[in-house]
Amino acid sequence: MTRPTPAPASVGVSGEAPGLFGPLALRLAQGRVTCLLGASGVGKSTLLRLLAGLPTGVDFRGTVDSAPAALMGQDPGLFSWLTVAQNVALGARLRGERADPARIAALIDAVELTGLETRLPANLSGGQRQRVALARTLAEDRPLVLLDEPFSALDARLRLMTGDMAVRLLKGRTVLMVTHDPAEAARLGDRFLVMTPAGLAEIDAPPGEVPRRHDAPEVLAAQAGLTERLIA
Amino acid sequence: MIRGVIGVLAAVALWQAAVWLTGLPPYLLPGPAKVAQTLAASRAEIAQAALFTAAETLVGLVLGAGLGIALALAMAAWRPVGRALSPALIVSQTIPVFALAPILTLWLGFGLAPKIAMVVLIVFVPVAQALYDGLMAPPAAQMDVARVMGAGRWAMLRHLRLPAALPRLASGLRLGAIYAPVGAVIGEWVGGARGLGALMIQANGRMKTDLMFAALIVVVALSLALYAVIDAGLRRMLARRGF
Ligand SMILES: Nc1ncnc2c1ncn2[C@@H]1O[C@H](COP(=O)(O)OP(=O)(O)OP(=O)(O)O)[C@@H](O)[C@H]1O
Ligand SMILES: [Mg+2]
Repeated sequence: MTRPTPAPASVGVSGEAPGLFGPLALRLAQGRVTCLLGASGVGKSTLLRLLAGLPTGVDFRGTVDSAPAALMGQDPGLFSWLTVAQNVALGARLRGERADPARIAALIDAVELTGLETRLPANLSGGQRQRVALARTLAEDRPLVLLDEPFSALDARLRLMTGDMAVRLLKGRTVLMVTHDPAEAARLGDRFLVMTPAGLAEIDAPPGEVPRRHDAPEVLAAQAGLTERLIA
Repeated sequence: MIRGVIGVLAAVALWQAAVWLTGLPPYLLPGPAKVAQTLAASRAEIAQAALFTAAETLVGLVLGAGLGIALALAMAAWRPVGRALSPALIVSQTIPVFALAPILTLWLGFGLAPKIAMVVLIVFVPVAQALYDGLMAPPAAQMDVARVMGAGRWAMLRHLRLPAALPRLASGLRLGAIYAPVGAVIGEWVGGARGLGALMIQANGRMKTDLMFAALIVVVALSLALYAVIDAGLRRMLARRGF
């Protein structure tokens, strides 16, 4: 896989959305995974959509510093009429470019879907679909990667495997990952941000390269600390 | 299939019962046996008429569907066109198109043209409406992905909005297939000497009610056969695309 071009150092959002969240400044750590947690409806997806340049439906006042981004949402948004391989190469199709078949095959191999290239999404399991979306996100080869609850539909085992796989494959990119799962954040995040209507609070992350082991004592401690913050 | 056969048998039984119970003379209400006899005796005449009706229906269906698809695409591709025409599309659905049949005959003569025009008018609106609705309601998550990938307007239409609208288009085409033979028959009814509609009017005028019923049954059979073929084709097309 190619070495990613780094995103600019200043990727982030600063401003407010009256009635939703007060003045806040979100800065993403360059080349790192920032996990964003917080109560449902607090505006996490809104921040992610602002970074993606997508319409949000809220009255946001402020500035967005973004970079070319790849997006993977909670709904994988696969094109049901395209095969696995065609979905992975979707970006090229939409921009009228030629996809490199060898690179697409390598990505499908990386997410362990070799042999399923010609399947339609309807004939895949939920976990396989999310891995297709992950490969498609990687195929975009963008410096900024935005993941909105990307593994929420997976069982515990697949969630662990797919999360670790994603973080390894995304190494070097600036990643924002929205998640509701403190255990996932503790394993995968270089930084943790907890969002409340008052703003963003940064929580210390455990040492060590991501993905961390799920049962390492400092990871379990971080998970407990995050859970404490979320139920407070 | 079995349920269809049972349904037909039940309808025939009901029909026979109605003939016996009402005691109406055959020139008012012929029984199924009499109609079957006539159908066999006049099969050459009826088959020729059916051929005309089928041809008008098919040509009209293809033209009407093509026009409807083109209009829906134009309306979806150019917003001002869509905004201007979408109320017109709704209004046009309130017009009883059958009322236009005499005018079409006046404009286009007594040949095939006014019948085909009638079918086109009847097919075109549901097809355009269904496809336009589909094109204007693309799936949100896929739209987000396509936008972030930098898809342009045309790529969006060609690679996302149109394929995602295919199930809606299929519904429109099914409706069109149901209405199309009716359009052809009405066209023949109003003007012209050929086709099942004309045969029915002539039979009626000569009190040959059994022939009228025989032609009617062929219209229904023709419509069902057309619908079955189109429905099967659409199902296969959609299944191949993962719908
Ligand atoms: N298109 C929209 N129009 C109007 N309001 C919206 C729109 N999208 C979101 N909102 C509102 O903005 C608020 C924040 O939504 P957002 O999706 O950002 O929440 P979230 O933190 O991602 O929640 P969750 O964890 O449940 O996904 C919600 O109260 C929601 O009702
Ligand atoms: Mg959300």
